[in-house]
Amino acid sequence: MAEFEPVIVAFVCNWCTFTAADLAGTSRLLHPPNVRLIRVMCSGMVDPKYVLKAFLEGADGVLIGGCWPGDCHYINGNLKARRRVALLKEILRRFGFEEDRLWLRWIAASEGNVFAETIKEMVEKIKALGPSQVRQKLVA
Amino acid sequence: MVDYARIEAEEGQVLEAVRDFFVSLLDKGVVEAIMVPTRLPYKGLPMQTLVVDPARIRWADPLAPVVPTNGARFASQLTRDETGKRLALVMRPCEIRPFMELVKLKQARVDNTLLIGLECLGRYENSDFLALDQKDPSFSVNFYRAMKEGRNPPGDGFELAEACKACEHPVPEGVDIRICLIGEDLERGLALEGLTERGKEALGTLGLSEAHKPPEREGAIGALLEQRISFRDKWLEEISRRTSDLGGLMEVLANCINCYNCRVACPVCYCRECVFVTDTFQHDSEQFFRWARKKGSLRMPTDTVFYHLTRMQHMSTLCVGCGQCSSVCPSEIPVSQLFRSIAMRTQALFSYEPGRDLAEPQPLAVFYDNEFQEIASSK
Repeated sequence: MAEFEPVIVAFVCNWCTFTAADLAGTSRLLHPPNVRLIRVMCSGMVDPKYVLKAFLEGADGVLIGGCWPGDCHYINGNLKARRRVALLKEILRRFGFEEDRLWLRWIAASEGNVFAETIKEMVEKIKALGPSQVRQKLVA
Repeated sequence: MVDYARIEAEEGQVLEAVRDFFVSLLDKGVVEAIMVPTRLPYKGLPMQTLVVDPARIRWADPLAPVVPTNGARFASQLTRDETGKRLALVMRPCEIRPFMELVKLKQARVDNTLLIGLECLGRYENSDFLALDQKDPSFSVNFYRAMKEGRNPPGDGFELAEACKACEHPVPEGVDIRICLIGEDLERGLALEGLTERGKEALGTLGLSEAHKPPEREGAIGALLEQRISFRDKWLEEISRRTSDLGGLMEVLANCINCYNCRVACPVCYCRECVFVTDTFQHDSEQFFRWARKKGSLRMPTDTVFYHLTRMQHMSTLCVGCGQCSSVCPSEIPVSQLFRSIAMRTQALFSYEPGRDLAEPQPLAVFYDNEFQEIASSK
């Protein structure tokens, strides 16, 4: 049987984490191809519904990438994101979603290597967890 | 200024005594209007009613153990705009607490209100109440007598709403005047407690005289709380076990028909327009086929779990456990039990209790520099 390849949806902020992903590419850094990047203007605009929908459509993991605290292009969008993620994690955990399926990470524009490492690490962790429960269940 | 006063029931007519109290609030000019559960001369449920004519108070029936629909919404409609009118609001704790949350959201205001909180021994579902009330014209008084004596309330086969059995807030807090029923012998009368300057002054204006708190009151409240918390813990534990994974949640929500009644009945579902009725969820026909192709089949109505999870994210930190969501569910889904089990956790996460304090900011309205730092780092 082929090895399980997780699907990871990543919401990355335009100013930091997306730029870091771009830098990782132009620097020819390798990371597993399991991630689908969605560029958003700020981690603070990631509506929790986006995350819920990704999980309910069968994503094995969701990553939200933003600027480091203090660096947010919109001053504090990342701190708002952090509170929402804390709440989301509390709800998802209650229904058996493992903690490690939802990641929030601060990755600065210069940290192309951190972006590649984060994806690598996340893919490993989620491979160890196995496919999301949504894949085995008929969810509507 | 009066802290604690008694109103006597003449010939056991406690409801008359309460009505007299409301009439004098209007007559003495303490307020210009009262919102109070009132029956129309037709047979039916006592609905929250905006009363300005003291003569209409004769139909008021705030003691009936039923809450046809949560009054916080009406209180919001009456106070959202600055009218300058002095208004008394007669509500139960499960209406006052969400009202306070709406005040924080600037969808209601307290500046000119006299909040009158009614101690609550629970409510029946609307249809059950109608049946009981029809059988026994003095059902309400018999209900309180039975509750005081620790007997099952009259009416075999009828149970209080589950949310009420699990409610740890029978005593209204943060109000101006509290109508004390717990441990009272309603055939003799009941007590009014002034909790704020405004409340104490109002009781003084009515010419009520200071009385002593009965010593057995605290004990009666304690016993009631103990009983409710023990039910609550078992109740929430049961649903948490049943819905510990997505399959379990699907089983509980399997009969949901996406009518969104729970959201309409919810006093803290604060969005003026719910996203689930906007164009965002008016999917193209083709989209349904794409989803069906991906999964092999597609449940219609769709987006059911998505809706409930989103609602949890939006309002669980503000959920007061009033149980109206379960009461209006046509599919008998234990919505309130499920949402309270989430609310317990999300409210604990932010050490937040809805309706506790107007000065306490709502969890999603604030954020701080040095919090939840472990969330954004690898362990």
